[in-house]
Amino acid sequence: MAIAEQQTSPQAAQGSSDGSWHGIVLQTLKRNEISLVPYVPDRVLTPLIKNLHADPFFTTFATAREEEAVGIVSGAWMGGRRGAVLMQTSGFATLANVLASLAVPYQIPLIMFVSERGTLGEFNYGQSLVCRTMRPVLDSLALEHHTITRLDELEFIADRSIKQAVTTQAPVALILNPLLTGGKTFDK
Amino acid sequence: MNSKMTTRNTKVMNRFDVTSRLIAKLKHEEAVIGGIGNTNFDLWAAGHRPQNFYMLGSMGLAFPIALGVALAQPGRRVFALEGDGSLLMQLGALATIAALKPKNLIMIVMDNGIYQITGAQPTPAAGVADIVAIAVGSGLANSAWAADEEDFERLVEAAMSATEPHLIAVRIDDKPGVGTTRRDPVQIRERFMHGLGVRELL
Repeated sequence: MAIAEQQTSPQAAQGSSDGSWHGIVLQTLKRNEISLVPYVPDRVLTPLIKNLHADPFFTTFATAREEEAVGIVSGAWMGGRRGAVLMQTSGFATLANVLASLAVPYQIPLIMFVSERGTLGEFNYGQSLVCRTMRPVLDSLALEHHTITRLDELEFIADRSIKQAVTTQAPVALILNPLLTGGKTFDK
Repeated sequence: MNSKMTTRNTKVMNRFDVTSRLIAKLKHEEAVIGGIGNTNFDLWAAGHRPQNFYMLGSMGLAFPIALGVALAQPGRRVFALEGDGSLLMQLGALATIAALKPKNLIMIVMDNGIYQITGAQPTPAAGVADIVAIAVGSGLANSAWAADEEDFERLVEAAMSATEPHLIAVRIDDKPGVGTTRRDPVQIRERFMHGLGVRELL
């Protein structure tokens, strides 16, 4: 994974303002006053999670399940604090119930960052299958989602999508494709 | 196990009665999150407050939602009411809360050992697992069974001035909720945010 990441962002893991994908995500979160970031970890998200923990602006922590994190940021939103959830594709696959019964009907601007596994070099058949459930679930609820493949488009898509989620009070899923992050490769 | 004895010695109370006792104690616009089904039905029936939030789905998320409110408004006490069946769906949340130690979060578990609303089927934990022991094992040291109604009120009062999260478990009967929450999710959310001082109503 480290090698793959270097292919797309040589400065990766250096910090939050180095032009890396995770540095851009962190700065975009901060600029939009998103300070609460619960997550279920993913290998690809590791540098982002590490830098969130290192930055006192953020309250970031692991949850046992992704829907738990969705509940937390939903409560925080209602209490006046913005949050976002970080997860992997397989984690998103556990969310249909909470999306359909909490985030969508209560009109909560749930901001999700999904590290995409299951495509472009996936080595685990189960991951490739679960990945195929993600966009149909998003589309079935007519949820806004973007698959981000290019570093030069990341800030625009993330920043605009966060603002749209907040102003329209609707969830958004930002899918971080391996073309952006390097993904996770078979490195045994 | 000791806690099992404690469970057996606790009085079987009533959800609506216990909920009403809690609401009567709230004088500082404390937030209350009502879990799915009978739990929020009885919260509704106890008398609507602007700081009440009623869940119409997402079973098991009363504690996580309350945690989010607690993290957003550390100066406000936040109560979460959850059923035992719901809590079983999201036991991991107990460890998350124990790790974060929000000083303003108070969790109340209404334990009747059944899924009352779906036909009173026993939960897998009924007669086997102990909610308070699970909570303590998850790192929530301030967890206790309420022995009776007076003990419940005492535990609530103690939790209101605490500096760590508290969990209070209440053994309840098999009665359904007394009322039915008006199922208008947007209005529920909007009024709750108004009640928390986050925004004005239109």
